[in-house]
Amino acid sequence: MTTIERPAYKVIGTRPIRPDGVEKVTGKAQYAADARPQGVVFAKILRSPHAHARILSVDTSEAERHPGVLAIITAADFPQAEDKIEDLGEGAVNLRELSDNILASEKVLYRGHAIAAVAAASPHEAEAAVQKIRVEYEVLTPVMNVLDAMREDAPLLSETRHTKMMGGQQSDKPSNIAAYNQFKTGDIEAAFAESDLVVEREFTTAMVHQGYIEPQSSTASWNADGTITIWTSTQGAFVVRAQVADVLRVPVARVKVIPLEIGGGFGGKIPIYLDPVAALLSKKSGRPVKLSMNRTDVFEGTGPTSGTVITVKAGAKGGRLHAVQATMRYEAGAYPGSPVGAGAMTMLAPYELENIEVHTYDVVVNKPKTSAYRAPGSPAAAFAMESVVDELARTLKIDPLQFRINTASKEGTKQVTGVPFARIGNEEVLQTAINHPHYTAPIEGPYRGRGVASGYWFNGGMQSSVVVAVNPDGTVNLVEGSTDIGGTRASLAMQLAETLAIPYEAIRPIVADTDSIGHNDVTGGSRTTFASGMAVYEAGKDVIREMSSRAAKLWSVGPDDVVYEDGTFRCLKDSTKEFTFRELAAQGARTGGPIAGKASLVARGAGGAFATHIVDVEVDPGTGKTQILRYTAVQDVGTAIHPAYVEGQIQGGVVQGIGWALNEEFIYDEQGRMLNSSFLDYRMPTSLDVPPIDAVIVEVPNPGHPYGVRGVGEVPIVPPLAAIANAVADATGHRFTQLPLSPRRLIEELDGAE
Amino acid sequence: METRLNGVERDFLCEPRQSLLEVLRDELGLTGTKEGCNNGNCGACSVVLDGRIVNSCCVLAVEIEGRDLETIEGVARGDQLHPLQSAFLDEAALQCGICTPGFIMASKALLEREPDADEARIRHWLAGNLCRCTGYDKIVRAVRRAETAIEEMNV
Repeated sequence: MTTIERPAYKVIGTRPIRPDGVEKVTGKAQYAADARPQGVVFAKILRSPHAHARILSVDTSEAERHPGVLAIITAADFPQAEDKIEDLGEGAVNLRELSDNILASEKVLYRGHAIAAVAAASPHEAEAAVQKIRVEYEVLTPVMNVLDAMREDAPLLSETRHTKMMGGQQSDKPSNIAAYNQFKTGDIEAAFAESDLVVEREFTTAMVHQGYIEPQSSTASWNADGTITIWTSTQGAFVVRAQVADVLRVPVARVKVIPLEIGGGFGGKIPIYLDPVAALLSKKSGRPVKLSMNRTDVFEGTGPTSGTVITVKAGAKGGRLHAVQATMRYEAGAYPGSPVGAGAMTMLAPYELENIEVHTYDVVVNKPKTSAYRAPGSPAAAFAMESVVDELARTLKIDPLQFRINTASKEGTKQVTGVPFARIGNEEVLQTAINHPHYTAPIEGPYRGRGVASGYWFNGGMQSSVVVAVNPDGTVNLVEGSTDIGGTRASLAMQLAETLAIPYEAIRPIVADTDSIGHNDVTGGSRTTFASGMAVYEAGKDVIREMSSRAAKLWSVGPDDVVYEDGTFRCLKDSTKEFTFRELAAQGARTGGPIAGKASLVARGAGGAFATHIVDVEVDPGTGKTQILRYTAVQDVGTAIHPAYVEGQIQGGVVQGIGWALNEEFIYDEQGRMLNSSFLDYRMPTSLDVPPIDAVIVEVPNPGHPYGVRGVGEVPIVPPLAAIANAVADATGHRFTQLPLSPRRLIEELDGAE
Repeated sequence: METRLNGVERDFLCEPRQSLLEVLRDELGLTGTKEGCNNGNCGACSVVLDGRIVNSCCVLAVEIEGRDLETIEGVARGDQLHPLQSAFLDEAALQCGICTPGFIMASKALLEREPDADEARIRHWLAGNLCRCTGYDKIVRAVRRAETAIEEMNV
């Protein structure tokens, strides 16, 4: 671990056991599909077999007569949704499109698009009744990839969609290009002209899925008093509440969302799919309704991340990166909103560059609407950029990490948006990587190669609200509202323990429902340990202020005459007077009532995170299989609150990236039917496919956070695609520009190259 | 049906079409066994049937008549965690936790027949269980740690 200027902490940096751990290893933890309110009934959804079709009619009469059926709904049962933009934290949605994505009204825009839902006494009866719903379609030609969708003569997903451009302009003709943007600085043509070497290539990545193991599940009860209770699997209970209230046109305060344990999300559990459907079915049936997806529903009906086509032209001069021109085309899926903007803003972040020109296209296609996936937009962009950087360095016979060091961005470097970086750890990460024993070890043998790549993620801030209650026995309840996916109950309790100078074990953190705490934005963008951590720190300071005033009251001195050091309140006027935290906690009732602190804030000062990865591979030229031999991920995390959970985030992100690089892709036929909507055919890495992942933590504290936290979860998925492609290029002498690097692709391209 | 479930004789009614997974979760209230794919690809529903690890989604409930079934709910003895459960906590081998019961059942079946399985063997054995959060590194370490703990207990 490389650490720069860090104070001595007592709790931060230790590795305690997570508060939810025992429940999870004993099978007692309750996830969404485990919720069983009294009288619950089961629902199933009818999904479109076509990728693109007009719905002419939906006839539910036969299904209604099926025994055991309690309620059926279609889009006609939803209130007319407004064209209103709701910010979900990791991307915004238009509510009319959101509503249409939950249940299609006029058109189905992808195979698996939901059309109707049935509630029945058992899931089997609901399934049988769904089969009896008759839908008449006018089947239309689907548009299945971004380049086809951008053509002038492409079939249109919507006849009323025009391209949105900067300055509020719109294209004259309707288009599948939902948005176009550009970023420019410097003189790109002159910069290319004066470059020592210019490389231009086009890169393609396939649509891939987050692949969380827990399918979406929601149970809703529309209660007699008009309130709605929802038990669901989500990255943000408050965002579910807001979206349900908007789609169903009910006041926010009448919707109570109870977040259960979440079985993975990675961005995919920010949008809602099931919650309003279960709620309306409950209203119609008078019973709580449980609606769970199966794995095929998850693949075909929830948001993966974009397939992309990215062209990068880059010039090097004097051993440095000198100019970059890029055209980035991202599939948004059925409705606008791909992460192409984030891709553009992250891809050049590792470099100090004066000549930039980037064009971005957000393009609709007949595939599921994309949603966030770990560092949304950044991995595909880094695949393109870092592959070209690798080619420049290797052609110029410069060490690829040294080339990056020569051009590394640092504090004050202007980002593509023009905003300069605050203190960042890019250089420290690169220096750690170039000196790492993995990188200095030789790599030998035929068809073996080594690759490196860098990546960046902003990390999020946004809104958090927490309450801290001090109990008379000195224990503390921490009430927070951020979904805990990767150990944030632990990382927040640790920050509170540090602030209050009490043991971690004295704090019991809970993730509360939406009735019980102020609004918290989604767990996404690597924001929770940073932003909710800041709220926890402020609430802890609030508690200390309150307790100091209680001590002052007992000692008959002013509040400024009390200090809190190392777990003891001391009187500055009389050195014989002191209280431990626990002693003073017991005095609540005598000194003015219960002791509590709170904080609600919009966290500013998020610190971006850089990572550089080193990977060794061996390619089997006979089978086309790429084996990962060794993997080292170096990352600046600011401060590692819980180093084991930080390592876990890094290792998990790397392995998702390995899957993206080598095997994962949505495979469609010409009619737009997904051919691999199971875990057997959508090939995610198993324990056998990967080596131990060496996570190397670099700590360059974020000056924008009281404990220097940056955020950890996203950036580890950014470099693997390019690092592996660069290693395969090193191993085979052939540069691959399309992902995944599946055995078939390797064999075809290597045979073609010979 | 009559079966021995986590060491206790148990009888229940089910429909012929119901999977063991469905009956465990919906009829017997044992929701520690998880559904990830319902077609035998992910291992989240792993249980031990007569000493063998199986995907409970691929077993019909009627097949367990007279057999010995162990689920995650039977692994700890009261509040005494099994060494594998402790090792998963100590090694931070879980994040979201949805795959954890399946991994613990699969690892337990391995260690009962091969108490000193090496890393390669563990990775091979656990390849039927998908985890999307951890990248497997800490899971493999946890299983190795449990091997040591079990060996020390038996000395």
